[in-house]
Amino acid sequence: MLRFILRRLLLALPALFGLMVLTFIMLRVLPADPSAALAGENATPEQIAAIRAAFGFDLPIWKQFLIYFGQVMRADLGTSLFTNRPVAADIALRLPATIELTFAALIFATAVGIPLGTLAAVWHNSAFDHIVRIVTVAGLAVASFWFAIILQFTFSMEFDILPLRGRLETGIDPPPFFTGLYLIDSLVSLNFTTFLNAIEHLIMPAFTLSLGGLATIARFTRAGVLDTMQKDFVSYAKAAGYPERRIIWVYVLRNSVVAATTQIGLLFGALIAGAVAVEWIYDWPGIGSYAVQAIFTSDYKAILAVTLVVGLIYAFVNLAVDVVLALLDPRVAETL
Amino acid sequence: MSVDDALLAIEDLAVTVGTDEGKAEILDRADLVLRPGSIHGVVGESGCGKSTLIKAILGLLPKRTVVERGRVHFEGRDLLQLSGDAMAREVRGRAIGFIPQDPFQALNPVFRVGDQLMESLRWHGLPGEEAPLRGRVDRATRARHRAHLVSVLSAVQLPDAEQALDRYPHQFSGGQRQRLLIAAALSTRPKVILADEPTTALDVTTQLQILKLLRELAERFGLSMIFVTHDFGVVAQLCDTVTVMYAGQTVESGPVASVLGAPLHPYSRMLLACHPDRAVELAGIPGAVPSPLKPPSGCRFNPRCTDARPVCAMARPAVTTPASQHRVACTLYPPDADPATRAA
Repeated sequence: MLRFILRRLLLALPALFGLMVLTFIMLRVLPADPSAALAGENATPEQIAAIRAAFGFDLPIWKQFLIYFGQVMRADLGTSLFTNRPVAADIALRLPATIELTFAALIFATAVGIPLGTLAAVWHNSAFDHIVRIVTVAGLAVASFWFAIILQFTFSMEFDILPLRGRLETGIDPPPFFTGLYLIDSLVSLNFTTFLNAIEHLIMPAFTLSLGGLATIARFTRAGVLDTMQKDFVSYAKAAGYPERRIIWVYVLRNSVVAATTQIGLLFGALIAGAVAVEWIYDWPGIGSYAVQAIFTSDYKAILAVTLVVGLIYAFVNLAVDVVLALLDPRVAETL
Repeated sequence: MSVDDALLAIEDLAVTVGTDEGKAEILDRADLVLRPGSIHGVVGESGCGKSTLIKAILGLLPKRTVVERGRVHFEGRDLLQLSGDAMAREVRGRAIGFIPQDPFQALNPVFRVGDQLMESLRWHGLPGEEAPLRGRVDRATRARHRAHLVSVLSAVQLPDAEQALDRYPHQFSGGQRQRLLIAAALSTRPKVILADEPTTALDVTTQLQILKLLRELAERFGLSMIFVTHDFGVVAQLCDTVTVMYAGQTVESGPVASVLGAPLHPYSRMLLACHPDRAVELAGIPGAVPSPLKPPSGCRFNPRCTDARPVCAMARPAVTTPASQHRVACTLYPPDADPATRAA
């Protein structure tokens, strides 16, 4: 298992390198000129050229990339053209917020999606199954920004039971930093007011973000359970006198979540992409809204860094998924 | 063989299944008698309703099947009248054990063998003990269950019984897996064991070992077993009595020596002639098992029967007992020539 993890980490390196090259080239192909943006509206061509030379934008692209690559290798992600702070510091500040949001969404999607999918399979073709199908198709089809606005309108503006935006109410201090995740930090420091406030702020963004994942997990679980219920070992378990509930919730489900778990790994990419929009709407101070800001200001160092960090997280999550799969199925573990 | 001294008896069972093309009669007038301490073979071609018979006893008939007629007598009750809950709590895995056809598919691949085998004990308790309430077992009980399983595993001659419980199904060969499943069936000391072609999926040498093991276990523990097979050779080796089925109907039943030595029904005679051990040449039976959607009228075998007469297609032949305990449903053996019927 340890060898497998090390091998997978090594394999992730070329993938991340490829991601870096691709993003770098794509940013240069775009018509937006960061030098012009930096120089301001009234800059003369000479001023722009000076900035271009200062930042090295006049060098051949491969040379620029080598310089950038060398910086990244020294853990230097550059300075943000917009905030004028080191990009690494910006990301370190904002990454926990995104992690808290996406993991809350993922946990919610899994905790609801798996039982929903299982029940839909157990009662397949019943009214419940049809309702789940309609809801999940809707969950996949609905645009998250539209859904977010509906939620904000209903629960914040109309009924005023949930906060409209942000991560904490103004006036409430963030809990002391341990992990950067407010829920955990406030609990660890026994700060229950902060904890409740953080939860209130998390509910709507996390729910909005989880919708697509929840639908996917429910659908894959349903298909997996239906497939597993046809297996011989299920009819054997019945004939051998295991109780029905035990067969479904222990023996069938464990085999069925394998497919859903694989999906969770792939979903994480979609979740991060979704977080960009959701963070922007809910004013959530994560790297999603940071990325939006960076794109608007042609802050290419920030864009590159965010892409790289997201790629890194994606690689880690998928590695974790493979480890979980090995734990779920001993036959997978033996092939590692 | 009367129903009274039987441990388990199926009487005039008829089962239909709704299909897109109409109702199919998959069992019609199926009879079977299992006496205590004996092994009863059920033999017939594929699709003659052998497995359906087993499922009917276990109360696990698939969806859209309907029991039209009949009874399954067991311990003074009709199993067909029991609720699904009662079947799960009192019958399956407790009073009636089950050995499946394909040991490669019957165990869940992602759970340890021990966890699966202990499941029956968890819900039905050790032999002679009450079942744990709602399947809640404490550590001490679990340890006793485990010790009991280890002893059963050594009875089925599985090597390293203690370690075997911690391994996964794919780490065993087919024969070993079938031993595990036999142990699972034995572990709760059921009154009856149902075996659904338990050697079909195994290679020939392993088949012989498993049959030998079942014979030994039957003698040692005085097992009562219904053994489904399509192979008369297996019946000859293992069984005391046998029922021959054709297209969902019981055509002949009796002691193995009598049925195999002097088969009465033309179908049994032809089926025995098909067995390569017994015939110089494979005779084969012309035609195929009829579709249960449109079974032939009268005796269902009459379109393929070399002895068929017009009367065979008119009505179901009466069941007669031309030889001691040897019953047959065929017009060749009319009721008036039947000593048992005349006496009554």
